[in-house]
Amino acid sequence: MSNIIDLSLSELASNIKNKKISSNEATSAYVERSKKSKYLNTYNEETFETALKKANEFDSKPDFNKKLPGVPIAVKDLFCTKNIKTTASSKILNNFIPTYESTVTQNLWNDGSILLGKLNCDEFAMGSSNETSYFGNVISPIDKDLVPGGSSGGSASALAAKLTPATIGTDTGGSIRQPASFTGTVGLKPTYGSCSRYGIVAFASSLDQAGPMTRNVKDSALLLEVMSSFDNKDSTSVDFKRPIYSKDLSKDIKGKKIGIPKEYRVEGMSEEIEKLWEDGKNYLKDCGAEIIDVSLPHTKFALPTYYIVAPAEASSNLARYDGVKYGFRTEGDNLIDMYEKTRSAGFGDEVKRRIMIGTYVLSSGYYDAYYLKAQKVRRLIKNDFNNVFQKVDAILTPSTPSSAFKIGEKSNDPVSMYLNDIFTVPVNLAGLPGISIPAGLDKKGYPLGLQIIGKSFDEQNILNIAYSMEDKINFKFNLKEWWMNE
Amino acid sequence: MSIDLKTVKHISKLSRISLDEEKAKKLETDLNSIFKWIEQLNELKTENIEPLSSIAETKLRLRKDEIKSKNIREEILKNSPDENKDFFVVPKVVE
Repeated sequence: MSNIIDLSLSELASNIKNKKISSNEATSAYVERSKKSKYLNTYNEETFETALKKANEFDSKPDFNKKLPGVPIAVKDLFCTKNIKTTASSKILNNFIPTYESTVTQNLWNDGSILLGKLNCDEFAMGSSNETSYFGNVISPIDKDLVPGGSSGGSASALAAKLTPATIGTDTGGSIRQPASFTGTVGLKPTYGSCSRYGIVAFASSLDQAGPMTRNVKDSALLLEVMSSFDNKDSTSVDFKRPIYSKDLSKDIKGKKIGIPKEYRVEGMSEEIEKLWEDGKNYLKDCGAEIIDVSLPHTKFALPTYYIVAPAEASSNLARYDGVKYGFRTEGDNLIDMYEKTRSAGFGDEVKRRIMIGTYVLSSGYYDAYYLKAQKVRRLIKNDFNNVFQKVDAILTPSTPSSAFKIGEKSNDPVSMYLNDIFTVPVNLAGLPGISIPAGLDKKGYPLGLQIIGKSFDEQNILNIAYSMEDKINFKFNLKEWWMNE
Repeated sequence: MSIDLKTVKHISKLSRISLDEEKAKKLETDLNSIFKWIEQLNELKTENIEPLSSIAETKLRLRKDEIKSKNIREEILKNSPDENKDFFVVPKVVE
């Protein structure tokens, strides 16, 4: 049998069900490998001892009816885990130990999974390179000095380095799909309302969604069906009949209409990305799908809209970090002084920048010009998608405008960093599902991804399209384990 | 429209984030470049467009006003940065 760490999530789950591998064997394999991979800086918090204990408990009383029986999994450090430190990679939450569990992680444990640890991310999920984390940069296993993307950078890196069989992230403007694209993995952002936001450290509440990050499309289907649930504790959770995504997964996409939005052919797009997109179209044609040119005219306004809406919501959400109820505190001369000193010392530069943007656009005299304007443009962006989805079943785009960049390459220029999310942000503004799958390598040998965008709650359809394409693409990346000796 | 240092300091006050002079100047530069880029939204006419505040455009659900969590005082206070475990404690606000 092949090495445990080389098995996909679905394969590992079925091997445990067939008693070929014990939970202890699987958990030990990932713990050992994670211990040898400290150089990548993926873990904020390791729960290896507890994980091994739980694995043994599972083996002594196994329940093979669970979907993830005794399967170890590491999760982004943005999900509150009961009695386990949850920091959102921020100094201000460096000592925060939640007394409750997020609904999404609870769903994982209910289906038999075991927590390996909490994974590094950009501070409060604000970033596209994992360089804003209080706990330092995450290194991509793809190459030395390369960012894994962000904000779910620790998740992407741990997944690509095989430190966990699968993981979960959150996506506010591309935080699952962009790092998946950078690391040659699969990342799915579900429709807004599919996965509960309860217990996830809030960034921008009208955009945040949790989703699976996996080695292949089938694993994404399996993990999504475990994560997604209707939850009374999230006021925007949607009550719909959730499909058994992995069971209904099919490669029959004959006759499906796939839109190619001309506005995504952005100025200065590299030939490599053009070719990747072209190849993607051809794979779809080979599968019997029909390619249709479409237009999403307000695409170029999506990023500036996002950089009003997301910081506005963030400035409001992050008002709770005041040094009173939880987290870090710096003493001051009086109450206001204490607030100001605590927040100044507790937040990093990017978080402060976004709180400031958000406060400004919501402040008296500027609200109409910025925030209200952005909400109106958001409507236009959503209408664009509504119109296109009258004609097509899904949309194919590149996931990112380039492959992964070097650490430090964009960190001094916020706007150039923001532009990285140009293809992913519109999907969050419209609340739609999107999946990024690895689709090729650039000339440096770094992974590139393609994104499939679907109608609301049509995850099954985009999973099926991704599943068909995955077969044709047959993506291979020769992972060299260079970091093990560092 | 540009954001001057005085405005940066005003926003910092509203945000309850203290800034030293150097950080304030850096933010002045950053915010100006970000807002210059954001200004492109003004190319669009939006007079008659209904603003979109939430993508889940359904009515919020109503529920009975019932207490579901009981005796969680200790849990709520557990992460308080102050050592007093009976109350949240803040610096004196009334003379």
